[in-house]
Amino acid sequence: MNPPLLTPSQTVGPFFAYSLTARQYGYDYSSLLDAHLADTNRDKQIILTGRIFDGAGNVVNDAVVEFWQPEPQHPDVIDYPRRPGTFRGFGRLGTGTTADHSFTFTTFKPTATVTGDAPHVNVILMMRGSLRTLYTRLYFADEPEANAHDALLNSIASERRTTLLANQIGVDTYQFDIRLQGENETVFFDL
Amino acid sequence: MTASATHPPHLYPDYKSTILRSPTQPLLLVPDHLRNLRLPVFGESCLGELDNDLTKNARKNGEPIGERIRVFGRVLDESGRPIPNALLEIWQANAAGRYIHKAEIHDAPLDPNFLGAGRVLTNAEGHYSFYTIKPGAYPWGNHYNAWRPNHIHFSVFGHFLDQRLVTQMYFPGDPLFAYDPIFQSTPVQARERLIAQFRMEQTEAEFALAYEFTIVLNGRTQTPFDR
Repeated sequence: MNPPLLTPSQTVGPFFAYSLTARQYGYDYSSLLDAHLADTNRDKQIILTGRIFDGAGNVVNDAVVEFWQPEPQHPDVIDYPRRPGTFRGFGRLGTGTTADHSFTFTTFKPTATVTGDAPHVNVILMMRGSLRTLYTRLYFADEPEANAHDALLNSIASERRTTLLANQIGVDTYQFDIRLQGENETVFFDL
Repeated sequence: MTASATHPPHLYPDYKSTILRSPTQPLLLVPDHLRNLRLPVFGESCLGELDNDLTKNARKNGEPIGERIRVFGRVLDESGRPIPNALLEIWQANAAGRYIHKAEIHDAPLDPNFLGAGRVLTNAEGHYSFYTIKPGAYPWGNHYNAWRPNHIHFSVFGHFLDQRLVTQMYFPGDPLFAYDPIFQSTPVQARERLIAQFRMEQTEAEFALAYEFTIVLNGRTQTPFDR
């Protein structure tokens, strides 16, 4: 028997919200995932916020943003409803419900991984006008030493590396804007 | 099988929204450990009793209008190995071609008994199945007199980062295929993989027609238990 052939990707389209982010958008359906990667009562929090810009500089108001922060010491099972006190590491938001179309996740600062990567969060993006899922990573501008030794960051031309850095803008708040095209176009991964 | 022979390009100008939203720089080649990064595992607790029956999970005062169907299939990797415990999230228009989404303005009726959202997990052999109403075609603003073929949206979590697939399932023989830039953006040799197959032998007498849609994700040499 011939091996099966890969299923092609198609766009998530503009009308995902009542399934993928129902609670956030006020639809009468459950949501497995939300803005909180970590339990808000237990872990020291950081806030990761940003916006997505298209090639004309317009803010994208109909994207789905997923943040994935695996932590070796935490189980990665998603339960529903979520069990208090557990770290999930995975969050999902649409950009259609805030006035400025920003996304804002809460988590704790990631640890460096066993593979020697600097602290980071994996970012998955889907939106109308995107025929393929986009992947990138959020690193922290205030981790210069770890970043200097990160193999993936070092594989990027230095002038584009900063597009993957979240900048501290408050006590526990980091800003990570994503640019789909143009000057400072975010580095996306070939997965 | 290379990705470029399977997936649409990022930029496909006939689908106008890609023009300002597709990356212009080459994508970064990444090490295998990123490709092989495990996604979270979704527990059985994630499934509500009616999540796999869109004909029942939003009833208010009766049954939803339209043609009841069962959609079933398997989630496999490229070597043909079943992917158990894959999460499939589903959304679609109702039988009249109307999405319940608040931004949707198409002048077709909402169905008070149909939401159009559901989810399923694959079993140990990679099988999934759900009931729904066959979605209608709907018009959109991409170009004059633009209509999308009937389709069901799927968001799929396999086990690894490169098994995070978002796709759409179409129905056989749709006359709109030739006019739809989203379907046409797919390389010609891969388009038929987006079309479910009608399965008479799976049809449930006096209840529902059946369509099979196999989903194949990027391959792996390891099993999910090798981590």
